[in-house]
Amino acid sequence: MFKIFKAFVKKEVYHILRDRRTLLILFGMPIAQILIFGYAVTNEFKDAKIDVLDYAKDQSSLQLVQHIQSSGNFLLNRILHSEKEIEAGFKAGTSKLVLVIPESFGADLYGNRPVSLQLIADGSDPNNANTLVQYALAMILDFQKERLKLAENPFQVRVETRMLYNPQLISAYNFVPGTIALILLIISAMLTSLTIAREKEQGTMEILLVSPLPPLLIILGKVAPYAILSFINAVLVLVLGYFVFGVPIIGSLTLLLIICMLYVITALSLGTLISTISKTQQDAMMRSLMGLMIPSMILSGFIFPLASMPVVLQYLGHIIPATYFIAILKGIMLRGVGFNFILFEVSVLLGMTLFFLFMTYKKFKIRLE
Amino acid sequence: MPENIIQVEGLTKCFGDFTAVDAITFTVKKGEIFGFLGANGAGKTTAMKMLIGLSKPTKGMGSVAGFDIAKNPEKIKKRIGYMSQKFSLYNDLTVKENIRFYGGIYGLDKKRIRSKTQSILKELNLNDVAGTLVAALPLGWKQRLSFAVSMVHDPEIVFLDEPTGGVDPHVRRQFWETIYEAAALGRTIFVTTHYMDEAEYCDRVSIMVSGKIEALDTPENLKHQFKAKTMDEVFLKLAR
Repeated sequence: MFKIFKAFVKKEVYHILRDRRTLLILFGMPIAQILIFGYAVTNEFKDAKIDVLDYAKDQSSLQLVQHIQSSGNFLLNRILHSEKEIEAGFKAGTSKLVLVIPESFGADLYGNRPVSLQLIADGSDPNNANTLVQYALAMILDFQKERLKLAENPFQVRVETRMLYNPQLISAYNFVPGTIALILLIISAMLTSLTIAREKEQGTMEILLVSPLPPLLIILGKVAPYAILSFINAVLVLVLGYFVFGVPIIGSLTLLLIICMLYVITALSLGTLISTISKTQQDAMMRSLMGLMIPSMILSGFIFPLASMPVVLQYLGHIIPATYFIAILKGIMLRGVGFNFILFEVSVLLGMTLFFLFMTYKKFKIRLE
Repeated sequence: MPENIIQVEGLTKCFGDFTAVDAITFTVKKGEIFGFLGANGAGKTTAMKMLIGLSKPTKGMGSVAGFDIAKNPEKIKKRIGYMSQKFSLYNDLTVKENIRFYGGIYGLDKKRIRSKTQSILKELNLNDVAGTLVAALPLGWKQRLSFAVSMVHDPEIVFLDEPTGGVDPHVRRQFWETIYEAAALGRTIFVTTHYMDEAEYCDRVSIMVSGKIEALDTPENLKHQFKAKTMDEVFLKLAR
């Protein structure tokens, strides 16, 4: 029996090696994805252009502007002279934020009177505007503190924040686990469903079913090479994340790899399930793209936090395997938790996998009736 | 009297309300070329799928190579070869790799696979293209290779499902010669087709019309019985 299995896997390897499209998805995609997510998807910014409308034009206002620039986040673009010029910068796209300093700025600051400043941001890009305003606010508060070291109010509330597990809020810490979840899903689920659908489309599946090969062996033979390749890819992404973006693995590496294995099996069973209901490769492709890829990207908490979504979408998010897998990955990699902390997520994944395998087995049998 | 290698009695297949195969009964003798004829949609392929274990009969009995089709499909599978109307080789594998793969899944050992590969390449004159991807071969070659590969494990019966669909007459002729060669070696050939001229090549033919076998005899007797000159006429008379 093992010899037959070997002959089958060998054939599968030929298919993979001779198909450029498969090879590209297998090895090009993980690298491209991690680099794109790594360098393009980021909330950090540098040298954001800022316009200043300075009515005060005194020493303290100059010091404020200088202080804001000192962080490296902002760069002074233009000094404006009237309110009418504010929008011009936004419209031309040369500036994203305008700081308005009133005439009485210096006097109020030292005269112990309420000080007011105005920040105007380009709201057509809300995420960006929010971040810019927050950075600017932080710099202004900082400036105020520095100026007024003297008369410290003893009743002031001082808030010290600390971001545990990711003190610098590096976005790679979020997208490396997410990318692993996506890549394993694409390779395991999409490619296996494609390769099984291809046999059906070409009519070779019929020949295989007429041969003495047990159906289980056909499926195992088809998925085994992809299981191994997916696993290699998971390791590749972990290594890239570690060396290129410095994403740590604080918890147990063994546990991490075992969980990756489990998730690969989940994805493979999903892929075979999809292939039992699709007749052609195109069909399989559409189903895995629409049914797996897009929900896993949007509803798994990878890019948008689940907690802030409408309840219906939250429920949907909770039936997606990637949601649990990403939670486990973050737990092990960033917080260094042990098995007992991820027990719930692991058992959900396990349950899902068993369910998919059972469904696949049933569907496959029905097809033979 | 040669033994019956296929024996079917009252074989029926229903899909919901629709009866695709309606209580057909026939036998195929060992070593004969049996033509299973009928128009598209007459139920040929469905009937054949029940014989080769791809589909379970709703009612009726059948045995192939001495085994019951409902109880022992796994034993039957080892003893039959099958070539479908769709092209059944892997385009992205070479000629040699295709032969090796099919030899492998039928559990032949290495030595046997090697000698089989040699003999197939030699018989079909494919030695020069042994390392070429199947995709690059002309259709007629692919078809003959496909037929040879379906017999790589020396089956007692070979089932051919419209093997000559979409091929020009000259190549069809050539293909039938290879069928004769296989039959001369004592193999039973069960072939479905809707080309009536091919019926003339068979030892015996059955003609299916909407799920039932309406006629079964040698081409000569059928022509005589229906007072027709060609099998085509026989078929037209039956279909009306």
